[in-house]
Amino acid sequence: MKIEGKKQIWNDYQKEIAEDHFFYVRSCIRQNFFPGSEKSFLRIMKEELKKDVYENPSHTTCSGIGYHTDIVPFETSMTMVARQFALMTEAGYENFTTSCITSFGLYSEVLNTWEHEPEMEEKAREFLYKATGREFKKPKNVSHASDVIYRFRKEIAEKGKYRLVNKLTGEPIRVVEHIGCHYSKMFPSKGVGGAEYPYVLIGMIEDWGGEVIDYPERRHCCGFGFRQYLVQANRGFSVSCSKKKFDSMEPYQPEMILTNCPGCPMFLDRWQYAISEMEGKTYGPDGTGIPVLTYEELAGLVLGHDPWDLGLQVHQVPVEPLLDKIGISYDPEKKFKAADGSDIGRPEAPVYLKFYPEQA
Amino acid sequence: MKSFGYTITKDRQIDYDANDRRLIEYVEGIEPSIRICMECGSCSATCTAGHFTDFSIRRLHTLLQRGETLHLRKEIEKCMLCGKCQLVCPRGVNLRNLILIIHQALDKLHHDL
Repeated sequence: MKIEGKKQIWNDYQKEIAEDHFFYVRSCIRQNFFPGSEKSFLRIMKEELKKDVYENPSHTTCSGIGYHTDIVPFETSMTMVARQFALMTEAGYENFTTSCITSFGLYSEVLNTWEHEPEMEEKAREFLYKATGREFKKPKNVSHASDVIYRFRKEIAEKGKYRLVNKLTGEPIRVVEHIGCHYSKMFPSKGVGGAEYPYVLIGMIEDWGGEVIDYPERRHCCGFGFRQYLVQANRGFSVSCSKKKFDSMEPYQPEMILTNCPGCPMFLDRWQYAISEMEGKTYGPDGTGIPVLTYEELAGLVLGHDPWDLGLQVHQVPVEPLLDKIGISYDPEKKFKAADGSDIGRPEAPVYLKFYPEQA
Repeated sequence: MKSFGYTITKDRQIDYDANDRRLIEYVEGIEPSIRICMECGSCSATCTAGHFTDFSIRRLHTLLQRGETLHLRKEIEKCMLCGKCQLVCPRGVNLRNLILIIHQALDKLHHDL
């Protein structure tokens, strides 16, 4: 068979993803934004796929947000990255896996810098040794957690309880995929499929039964862009970016958005609420929004995990319409209950965006 | 509507599908010479009104072609119909007639732009 077009580009950009024994580093912000995602990743890897994943509780931020907002100098970031590598070396691991896209970009940037400027590596080693007395080996393999899920996507599909198919019509669920900018726009060779046609999420969607939507602003930024958001007065840039994407995808009637970055699901989810409150505009049918999921949450849903264990109740755009379409069973009464059955409180319902469970 | 301390900027993307092309289609039907304009800008360079205000026939032409006809009526009122643009036009576009047809079209299409 002759391979052409996007498939050829995907073939050209294939990266090596480790098979087992991962040293896992968490994101600074994801546990607040989407608290079930990282837990779901560990559960899938350890319990479902029986892989060895190790995380050291003394690992710190990679300093990526500070670096990209010009607060942390590169030498400091490099030393912090070196410390994470030292923790990995001490634990006896060689495969480094990050939860965060910006961390992944920063680790790639630091390793690339060291490759081209070995004196910078010496500098980082010296700083680290002077500050902490630690030494490190460079990882054999650096992958983002979505790369790892991508690698095991077929196993997940085989073990899966659900497929991304509308249970009433039998049609595949129409999914918009959104890749974090720091995944492959900085170093295309470090991402599955490169920068133009990143395949990492498409692979998951296709193997789990969904249909990927192509739309004009597909590669546009979600609107996070650190400096656009950190100052309140600048947030208009951020929400305008997200709105541009929503306006562009709306005619294709997406049923969900899948992301692999900490910031993208946050902004694509929360800005749908902000836009609805500011302009009265919602992007789904009948006043609903377009549910936004992380790849770990989607993998968890496919494997039949309880949606409330995955933390889907903290999404601003309710996910119930999507769960109903796929036929995933859930108990609406348990949405705002903690694991021990106690009430975790109920948020105030938005004015325009439909809220679940619907109030009588 | 709530205010969160920031606003949504309107997208400046030119959307040919969404923009209203009725006006340019009407004008082209009556004054086809507009099609041979190569946007050299001689009209704007020589324009008396443009010398004192921000009026520009070339910009008018571009906006008309794109279907971005918002505030068009207010814009063309700045033209004094002196016809100097027409004298310098290397393609011989009947520009004075063009302005008159736009006036006519706005009235005809009840286009309160």
